[in-house]
Amino acid sequence: MTGYGGGAGALAGLRARWRRLTVGRWLVTGIPWLWLVIFFCLPFLFILKISLSEPALAQPPYLNWIRETADGLVSIVVNFGNYGLLWDDSLYVSALFGSLQVAAISTLLCLLIGYPMAYAIARAPTHLRMPLLMLVILPFWTSFLIRIYAWMGILNTNGILNNFLLWLGVIEQPLEIMHTSLAVYIGVTYAYLPFMILPLYATLSRLDPVLLEAAADLGARPAKQFLTITWPQSVPGVIAGAMLVFIPVMGEFVIPDLLGGPDSLMLGKLMWTEFFNNRDWPVASALAAVLLVVLIIPFLLLRHYESRAEANGEEAA
Amino acid sequence: MSAIKQHRRAGFPWLWTALAFGYVFLYAPILSLIVYSFNESRLVTVWAGFSTRWYGELMQNEQLLSAAWLSIKVAAVAATIAVVLGTLAAMTLVRFRRQWGARSMGIMVAAPLVMPEIILGLSLLLLFMSMADLIGWPASRGQGTIIMAHVTFCMAYVTVVVQSRLAYMDASLEEAAMDLGARPLKVFFTITLPVIAPSLVAGWLLAFTLSMDDLVVASFVSGPGATTLPMVVYSSVRLGVSPQINALATIIIAVVVVAVSVAGYLMYRQDKQRTNMQ
Repeated sequence: MTGYGGGAGALAGLRARWRRLTVGRWLVTGIPWLWLVIFFCLPFLFILKISLSEPALAQPPYLNWIRETADGLVSIVVNFGNYGLLWDDSLYVSALFGSLQVAAISTLLCLLIGYPMAYAIARAPTHLRMPLLMLVILPFWTSFLIRIYAWMGILNTNGILNNFLLWLGVIEQPLEIMHTSLAVYIGVTYAYLPFMILPLYATLSRLDPVLLEAAADLGARPAKQFLTITWPQSVPGVIAGAMLVFIPVMGEFVIPDLLGGPDSLMLGKLMWTEFFNNRDWPVASALAAVLLVVLIIPFLLLRHYESRAEANGEEAA
Repeated sequence: MSAIKQHRRAGFPWLWTALAFGYVFLYAPILSLIVYSFNESRLVTVWAGFSTRWYGELMQNEQLLSAAWLSIKVAAVAATIAVVLGTLAAMTLVRFRRQWGARSMGIMVAAPLVMPEIILGLSLLLLFMSMADLIGWPASRGQGTIIMAHVTFCMAYVTVVVQSRLAYMDASLEEAAMDLGARPLKVFFTITLPVIAPSLVAGWLLAFTLSMDDLVVASFVSGPGATTLPMVVYSSVRLGVSPQINALATIIIAVVVVAVSVAGYLMYRQDKQRTNMQ
């Protein structure tokens, strides 16, 4: 609150002064803007272009649209066949549904584990909140690849979990978890849990406890308090967190590759195989284009709820 | 009041249980990595006594060490460029919100944060190949193209970190300096920069970590001869569990824990000083 000290007046004044500057301001905005346009936006056009090219046994392994024919004429050949292939071959369609299923189920699992955690941290004594939150973020700073690798050691047929359960006598035969969809769910939930907890904590920590106290005074049971007060107010955090998990998981490659088996078919893994093993760049690009289109709606949802959360934050400040 | 306390206490046991369960879930795998890095046996899951031999073998693994050195160089350069670009982007988003390009920048900064890496990697490779075709640059792929690719997604993270600090900064300080006739550039370096410096450090560290950790994007945009640490780890891990990787993991975890503890302590001290001053 004190951070705003000078208030809106000073900020507006500062903005007005900056506006008078031209060259400096153009540089400040222009340099990062240009970088992002060249290295982030422009590449999508190339994905689109290559996805409409014909594959070829060449380096690079596709044909250009514009070609000179034998009699000196220039012809433009656009090939929609790659998208046709995606539609016709059930492999690609089931990979899309596989990705959707894994992303949806793991998002739900992250929510089920992350919500109580975020709520507990938000209700913890003030001086404990930051350390507790740091503990959630800390694994994120260690290597992603190595955290997934840790689960290989745990879930293997002769891994730590099976050894432990056999020793306890809970099971007689080792469980086959590694190289199944279950291993993928565990890995994804583990890797993406912090992305769910952070936005949830942000909304839950702003929840006014007075509301809950008032509800309790009026005789509402805890379950009712949760459903009528806590949950509705946390919806922006839930959706932001869900999208932060759902969107990247749709294209996840490392987890299904290391933990998954033949039944865990996902778009990211398929793209990798098409690109590196089959050297079919046009089909890999077409898959990327399809994935991008699928992700537009979740991304817009994320933007909407993030900006809503930001607006709330500024009102509170 | 007592009713409220009662309600709170009633709500707490299962909440704390859930929290504890969550931390066990987050830390048990990491702990297992550390424990088995000191295992004598080559089989990661059979305990055969304490040993540090895998650390010794790790130090002899030339391929892994040179990949680690490449990764550190790439990450340091990429993080530094990302901090410069990300700070400029954050200035645009907070200070000149109505400027042409600010809105589109907001979207371009938000998208790489969630964009699946595999799309980012493929699209950047296609860009680099087409650029080499059209303007002859970059002539070959390797260290340089990995840096450019890493800057692109790292700067988005830096922007978010710096932006949140900048948004809560007292604008009247800069206003006052300008009233006294300081040039905007001078104001930025003498007032804005010192205030947002902690966020630049945090942003640099985050960018460094993300770059060090990236497997997918680097695999696409790298060329022959440029193999980063995650690429070596990945090809080793694909073949199965290996105690050397456990040793490497333990070293990484130790570095991170020390760095985060120091950063946390410094932030805590700074916070305390600030509250004392107030």
